Amino acid sequence: MTYIKPKFRHPGLPKNTLGYSRADYEGAISTLCAGCGHDSISGSIVQACYEMSIEPHRLAKVSGIGCSSKTPTYFLENSHGFNSVHGRMPSVTTGANMANRDLIYLGVSGDGDSASIGMGQFCHVIRRNINMTYIVMNNGCYGLTKGQDSATTDFGSVSKGGSKGLYQSIDLIGLALELGATFVARSFSGDKTQLIPLIKAAMSHPGFALLDVLSPCVTFNNNVGSTKSYDYVRDHIEATSVLDFVPEEEEITVSYPEGGSASVTLHDGSQLLLHKLSPHWDPTDRHSAVNRLQQAKKQGEILTGLLYIDPQSQDLHDIMGTYSKPLNSLQEEDLCPGSATLEKINASFR
Amino acid sequence: MEPTNIRDPEYFHKVVDCQYACPAHTPVPEYIRLIAAERYTEAYMINWESNVFPGILGRTCDRPCEPACRRGRVEEEPVAICRLKRVAADHKGDVRSLMPQGPFPPNGKKIALIGGGPASLTVARDLAPLGYEIHLYDEWHKGGGMMRTQIPAFRLPEEVLDEEVGYIIDLGIHTHFNQYVASMREILEKGYDAVFVGTGAPKGRDLQLPGREEGAKNIHIGIEFLANVAFEHTDKIGRKVIVLGGGNTAMDCCRTSRRLGGDDVKVIVRSPFKDMKASPWEIEDAQEEGIPILNNMPPKEFVVENGRLKGVLFEHVKAEYDENGRRRLVSTGEPDTFVEADDVIIAIGQDNAFPWIERDLGIEFGKWDLPALDKVTFQSTLPKVFFGGDAAFGPENIITAAAHGHQAAISIDRYCQGGDVHDRPAPMTNLIHQKMGIHEWMYDSYVVTDQRYKVPHESKVLTLTNRKVEVELGFDRGVGFQEAQRCLNCDVQTVFTDSKCIECDACVDICPTSCITFTENGEEEDLRARLNAPASNTSQDLYVSEPLPTKRVMVKDEDVCLHCGLCAERCPTAAWDMQKYLYNVTKACKIL
Repeated sequence: MTYIKPKFRHPGLPKNTLGYSRADYEGAISTLCAGCGHDSISGSIVQACYEMSIEPHRLAKVSGIGCSSKTPTYFLENSHGFNSVHGRMPSVTTGANMANRDLIYLGVSGDGDSASIGMGQFCHVIRRNINMTYIVMNNGCYGLTKGQDSATTDFGSVSKGGSKGLYQSIDLIGLALELGATFVARSFSGDKTQLIPLIKAAMSHPGFALLDVLSPCVTFNNNVGSTKSYDYVRDHIEATSVLDFVPEEEEITVSYPEGGSASVTLHDGSQLLLHKLSPHWDPTDRHSAVNRLQQAKKQGEILTGLLYIDPQSQDLHDIMGTYSKPLNSLQEEDLCPGSATLEKINASFR
Repeated sequence: MEPTNIRDPEYFHKVVDCQYACPAHTPVPEYIRLIAAERYTEAYMINWESNVFPGILGRTCDRPCEPACRRGRVEEEPVAICRLKRVAADHKGDVRSLMPQGPFPPNGKKIALIGGGPASLTVARDLAPLGYEIHLYDEWHKGGGMMRTQIPAFRLPEEVLDEEVGYIIDLGIHTHFNQYVASMREILEKGYDAVFVGTGAPKGRDLQLPGREEGAKNIHIGIEFLANVAFEHTDKIGRKVIVLGGGNTAMDCCRTSRRLGGDDVKVIVRSPFKDMKASPWEIEDAQEEGIPILNNMPPKEFVVENGRLKGVLFEHVKAEYDENGRRRLVSTGEPDTFVEADDVIIAIGQDNAFPWIERDLGIEFGKWDLPALDKVTFQSTLPKVFFGGDAAFGPENIITAAAHGHQAAISIDRYCQGGDVHDRPAPMTNLIHQKMGIHEWMYDSYVVTDQRYKVPHESKVLTLTNRKVEVELGFDRGVGFQEAQRCLNCDVQTVFTDSKCIECDACVDICPTSCITFTENGEEEDLRARLNAPASNTSQDLYVSEPLPTKRVMVKDEDVCLHCGLCAERCPTAAWDMQKYLYNVTKACKIL
């Protein structure tokens, strides 16, 4: 009995600007169920980080509890990681981010971890606009405890056991828009061509970026009647736009027909090119995003793609005016600036 | 691209690179697994059924399988397939009782086999159990042909040869040894129902340069020299020896000379070292015995003084290539070099020779005096005469001769039974599901990272003083197991059922070598450029599925698939399955 990923990789794998291949961003072999949507999201994270030439030691992955929160083991094995308490990923990330603003923070959570036990933390981390990417691997059930309904199980959605969802579900996207999130997107684990550019855009966004990714639970929630099965999502998916992420140093090579496209310049100079598929929707207008979302809900569509982005986003460090360097790099002279400085401070209170 | 037709027996056959490259299509991974399981006897019998001479080939095969081995594309070196075959032969138990047991009820047909080499012996092995009365003619006192006359005993011990030739002779073959067939007409007049010619390429090429005749006493033709040594007509050679030629025969000649008193033996080739025809391992073994190889030196003259050979005069050249890549050797202008020698061996190739076949019998000959043959049936223009081995299409190797023998035997059987020789039997194929449970397969799916193991050699003190001491010692059981574990089990196929696929991407995410891509269909060239990892090896197929619900197709590049089974392991619907593909060339008679 063996379940070990062979060491050999394709000898012709391309390298990114750091000289790393995709394989350098992989993690341990997944122990999730075969066919779990979460594995595809892990694969997309690997691909996005590879394509963005992120130095693995510059990224920290933080998670809570659940199937979703196990996944950081399965990607970026050379990055920092913290597997925290159930629902407490946001506060751990907040602390880490306050202490070291130079790292890229990737929070991984699930529907139970975010919409149930961690709901409060989810709301407050959005309010504070912590600079992080928050990926919810949303499968609409408690997969790790045999598939009970979760807070994102849709009303009327049929479980594997045959019972229907009794309550209204929490729409994390709608909630995030309401709470003032500065980057809101939804995607589907089975659509990597959409998911990978979204992850890249979210990681480049200076502030809180929510990515709600529908990720079918093959074992407990992939049955007929479920609204989070592969088939149901594929049948009801509706994209706001086709997104291209263009890093600063690269030339824009895609072109879309006039009128249907929008371009958003990010803080670091990267560009998001959106080929809009939805009319009367502006990705930088919160109202139009909320309207489009409500409209989709009414029509029974699952709206995906980038829904809203605030290009003027200011993260918690900007808001609080914190020191520009990570705490671990502060020297004695930074921490004890001397009696002259103390005099100055005292004088300011006179 | 059109969806791949996996029902075509050749599709999955091609994925098993080693077996596909083998002229006899020996099921390599199948016997390597048996070696790993210490079932040497069964491993031997799979070989014996397919290539007839496992012990001989395990030491002397040209190994077309090894350059083809997939392992060589994912790491430095291929699996040591050839030497594993020897492990099966060295450690086997009783195999005789598993072979066809005579006497076989006669079917009334008589066949003559001319030449006692591997091709004829293969025909004999395949036809004897069917009741044919088989008469084998050879000019020497024992069977084996070139395996006996041209391969030195330090590479192939006589006992191994005698044993495997014996298995066939003991099937009830009527041998006519010490009998040189000088006339095909006489053979035909004896009333055989069919005649098979397996006389090899027995004429060593000569080199007509000034001094050739004067120095004749000390200038030898490679294969004649080897035969004379094998039959102990020659037991010594001068102290300084030059071997001209860069093929495997040259390597055997120089190493043999080392053992007969030549302590200053040189191989001198006319062209660049890299263009030498000898197998790399043969060159390596020669160099290890302290034999230098000088290159870019065409011989100009045999220097003879007072009727005695003094040495050879060489020019100096370099290779130049024109725009078509054609090579030309041009003089460098350096002065000629004289190399002293007591003896010179010319090993620059060998040719077919059929002086004994009268040209008015209806057997037509074509280019280079080779017989005009049907490429599939090996039948000549005289329907009852068949050719095989080196005699058919020019010098090749033992494994090719065995492959020819199998096909010629089918033709002879068809011909003798009044059937159509063009009616060829289909190969036996079988796909067997390998799943046993979670993380459990019927094959050892774990991919080890061990590098190729080296075969230990006997001490040079012993080997260079006695030409009969075998140089290679072969793998012991332990190393044999370790080397066997390097096999990637390419015959355990990844079989995709598109109707079961839910496009969850699990296989794409897990595949260690990025072989699998789900994408829009396109022309092959376009698809190859769009896959997750470059698919630039066009000799390896793309496995393309029917369109899936999202209108995409699954495309798998077979090139560096490790057959680790993880795609099937991670597939929630068993759309991927690992199935063992057995492909076996059908023989004239069922052996196993």
